[in-house]
Amino acid sequence: MNQFQYVQPAKSKAAIDTVTKDQTAMFIAGGTNLLDLMKRGIVTPEKLVDINKLPLKKIQKENGAVRIGALALNGETAEDKLVLEKHPLLSQALNAGASAQLRNMATVGGNMLQRTRCPYFYDTALPCNKREPGTGCGALEGYNRMHAIFGHSEKCIAVHPSDMSVALAALDATVLVSGPKGDRKIPFADFHRLPGDTPHIETNLQKGELILAVDLPENPYTKNIHYLKIRDRASYAFALISVAAALDLDGSNIRSARLAMGGVAHKPWRLTEAENFLAGKPATETTFRQAADLAMRGAKAFEHNKFKLKLGPNAIVQALKNAAGVA
Amino acid sequence: MKDYFFQDSVGKPMDRVDGRQKVTGAAKYSAEYELPNMTHAVLVGSIIAKGRIKSMDTKKAENAPGVLAVLYHQNAPKVPGYVQAAHPSEPKPVGQPLRAFYDDKVYFNGQPVAVVVADTLERAMYAAHLVKVTYEEEKHATDFTKNVSKAFLPTAAQRNPKHPLNDYVRGKKDAYKTADIKIEQEYVIPTEVHNPMELQSIVAHWEANDKLTVYDKTQAVIGTQNAFAKDWDIPVENVKVIATFVGGAFGNGLHTWPHETAAIMAAKKVNRPVKLVLTREQMFTMVGYRPHAWQKVGMSATPDGKITAITHEAIGQTSSYEEFTESTLQQTRMMYTSPNVTTRYRILPLDVSTPIWMRGPGEATGAFALESALDEMAHVIGMDPLEFRMRNHTDRDPEKDLPWSTKYLKEAMQMGAERIGWSKRPNIPGTLKNGEWLVGYGMGVGTFGANRGRAKVRAVLHDDGTVVLQCATTDIGPGTGTAMVQIAAQNLGLAPEKIIFELGSSLYPPSPSQGGSATVASVGSAVHAACKALQQRLATLVADNDAGFKGATADKLTFDNGYLSLAATPAARVSFADVLKRQKLKEIEVTEESKPGDERTKYSMYSYSVHFAEVHVHPLTGQIKVAKIVSCADAGTIVNTKTAGNQMIGGAVGGIGMALTEGTVMDHRFGRYVTKDLAEYHVPVHADAPAIDVFFVNKPDLINNPNGTKGIGEIAIIGVAPAIANAVFNATGKRIRELPITPDKLI
Repeated sequence: MNQFQYVQPAKSKAAIDTVTKDQTAMFIAGGTNLLDLMKRGIVTPEKLVDINKLPLKKIQKENGAVRIGALALNGETAEDKLVLEKHPLLSQALNAGASAQLRNMATVGGNMLQRTRCPYFYDTALPCNKREPGTGCGALEGYNRMHAIFGHSEKCIAVHPSDMSVALAALDATVLVSGPKGDRKIPFADFHRLPGDTPHIETNLQKGELILAVDLPENPYTKNIHYLKIRDRASYAFALISVAAALDLDGSNIRSARLAMGGVAHKPWRLTEAENFLAGKPATETTFRQAADLAMRGAKAFEHNKFKLKLGPNAIVQALKNAAGVA
Repeated sequence: MKDYFFQDSVGKPMDRVDGRQKVTGAAKYSAEYELPNMTHAVLVGSIIAKGRIKSMDTKKAENAPGVLAVLYHQNAPKVPGYVQAAHPSEPKPVGQPLRAFYDDKVYFNGQPVAVVVADTLERAMYAAHLVKVTYEEEKHATDFTKNVSKAFLPTAAQRNPKHPLNDYVRGKKDAYKTADIKIEQEYVIPTEVHNPMELQSIVAHWEANDKLTVYDKTQAVIGTQNAFAKDWDIPVENVKVIATFVGGAFGNGLHTWPHETAAIMAAKKVNRPVKLVLTREQMFTMVGYRPHAWQKVGMSATPDGKITAITHEAIGQTSSYEEFTESTLQQTRMMYTSPNVTTRYRILPLDVSTPIWMRGPGEATGAFALESALDEMAHVIGMDPLEFRMRNHTDRDPEKDLPWSTKYLKEAMQMGAERIGWSKRPNIPGTLKNGEWLVGYGMGVGTFGANRGRAKVRAVLHDDGTVVLQCATTDIGPGTGTAMVQIAAQNLGLAPEKIIFELGSSLYPPSPSQGGSATVASVGSAVHAACKALQQRLATLVADNDAGFKGATADKLTFDNGYLSLAATPAARVSFADVLKRQKLKEIEVTEESKPGDERTKYSMYSYSVHFAEVHVHPLTGQIKVAKIVSCADAGTIVNTKTAGNQMIGGAVGGIGMALTEGTVMDHRFGRYVTKDLAEYHVPVHADAPAIDVFFVNKPDLINNPNGTKGIGEIAIIGVAPAIANAVFNATGKRIRELPITPDKLI
């Protein structure tokens, strides 16, 4: 770990100013990912701007939406009354992530920004375009069991590791940010980027922009929801595949659906086509299977992750069955 | 003389004598020792798998704040022992254990090539990043499958036709091949890493030019003392090794490793104490692992369930510089009555670091193949696998042609079958369901030699009636100190609260390394002997000095709760303390050695376990839940049912890891691991571990040793992985022969 300065401003503006002006400065909140990266010499900020003193912890109702402060902890968000009442899918996704210890440190804003767990990214002795543009993608012809089947490029096939973000994608979240040019709102679908030729740029946040909160609009998905995470051990493991499924049912018919997958792409992977297909259909395994097949169109696997082409649709079917209560 | 079971200390579920220290943080582990003037060392590992160090640029690191030294092959203090052909080390392989910073050669990726010493850990870590090494790379071979044709019979076996690693043939060689009913299958386990909670660590301190003290994480206090004495060419008594607490090891503390020597070198160079703690990533390459292994089992049987032949072959990975071998095929030679048995063991050197014994060494690997094959054969002939094992049970060792010292495996099997509810097991796989989940049952048998070594214990009785016992053995977690206190209480006739057992120091009388499930048999026997000797001393004292005890001998006396008495003379009763006080003795001291005798030539001695698993598999997602495990052990007298049960539970969890979650992955283009932290190397977590019920036969093996104990550490894990794999087959009809069984293999 390199030597660095540490500041803890009390106001957002001071924090934003510091990171905007200082090329090597970074925000730090829970630090559950950043400190790992620093210890391994993957990121080397010369200044850490600790934002934990900023008043960004609240979870409250705001214009019909549930607004979750960027500094709300993963653990407390998962157990928050408002979240459980209005967006239980988010609660399930949060509880599927990491371990209790990490959830008690990690923040909602930080969770969105966590870096991939691709082993090539984490090892400075191995090639990685995300860590060191131009060195090549180690995973492409290497060990790629955990890697993407959607939206990858020749430059990068890494996946986004967050569970929480998969639920946020399904729930049409909006990210509120503040930066040197003022405040703005970013629809969740536009928050993370696909790797393309610039896998080292993972979000559309600009230098100095600080996440203030996430807004979740009112929706009918409070009952028939399920976050299914398939992983190599029962807890504290990243997803082989995860599915966030939410249904609005009219008896045994689907009024509308929300679906997103994790562990398959460089960003949480929203399945809009499958959602549209499900609307107005009966909530049966046959319908779910058809939706899953639709969702998997265009998937392309690599040497070690071919199983995702089968596990993916199976997981979608199972998540929908669980959500619909027909399991 | 009273019956062994008269006093009831042994067998009680006594709390750990050091439990409070452990849960309050008072227990001090090697990395927690603080010495005045302490410095911190961080290792730099190679990033190539094979070649030579071309250049080493240490300027930046040396100029970094707080840095005291950067050592590597060209400037490291010379280790006198390194000039010899080989330096002492356990195990004693053919080859040359890696010597720290000895020359410019790189044998594996992650090999320590330099060490940075600084005044704080952070500064040492930072400076370690600044060391720039360039390499002359050579083509490496790390891929087991691609290189498997290079496997050979270990040199030790080539040199000695009687060596147990030689090919073994009982009856007709490969007889299964010509049988009507036969199977032939291959089984693979990946490299597994011990990953104990505690990282490997050492504090090295030269108290004088020829006087070394190390606070070291080790399972081998005396082995380590001898190794460093020889390495540094100093008298053995000038090396002090302290390992009072060890936070798990599972075998990787049975060797002395280059990082230990690196710390000792660094301490010599900076002339201050040096603390060196490996990182989790370094634990994957610097302190051994369970080697990747390929196995093939051929088996034939009669339709009524008699095994007629078994051939079991195994190839284990080793390094290019040392021949690591382990006993993978022993269970196949002695467990079943088959008249024809063939075993063949080979090793495959690769450009990787040397493996080391890992819990259930060899046998856990071998049992996965053998016990899976048993299940496969039972399925072929349509027989219940429990019944199949019962029909092939051996009442006498067919390999050595000797009687067993004790063997209660059948009782253990019956016990376990009842507890798991074996009768619920469907004979046809994939037919039992619980909601959407497929349910299956499986079993696996484990065995390990009931080893016993030579150990010495000192016992001091003080005039306040307390006893302190001392031995150099460690306690890597099983509760050694607790068990020894119980054995002493039993054999001395004294309350456990009045007994202290001190361990983990080379200042105490020697014991073997704590490995191979032998500590209670070895050290426990020495405790037994020391206690009997103390009683003898007490008897002599009262007989000589107390009229009421005139002519009394130890065997006529009763020792109970700190008093000795003479049954024939009710008035003759005196406390241990008073015996000393009356003679104005502050203490009496005995030191006794205990070792096995010729009973080992007359009997064959093993511990046995049988594990039963119930698993649930989701047919759509491949998710696997172990719903229940029942482990039963025939391990002689159980000294402490709580700590022994604890060991069995730990072994079962280790077996879940072996079966379902653990394994490292290497990118062979670089010869470098790509899963090397606790997030990516999946040690089971609580959520993976179901209710684990443990039962003991608990019958003494008094042929093995006077306490009647046999080891537990290894049999706790041996046989668990096949029990789970067999249960997965029973649930799904899918036979997974390459571990770990992850969800992707079941969809």
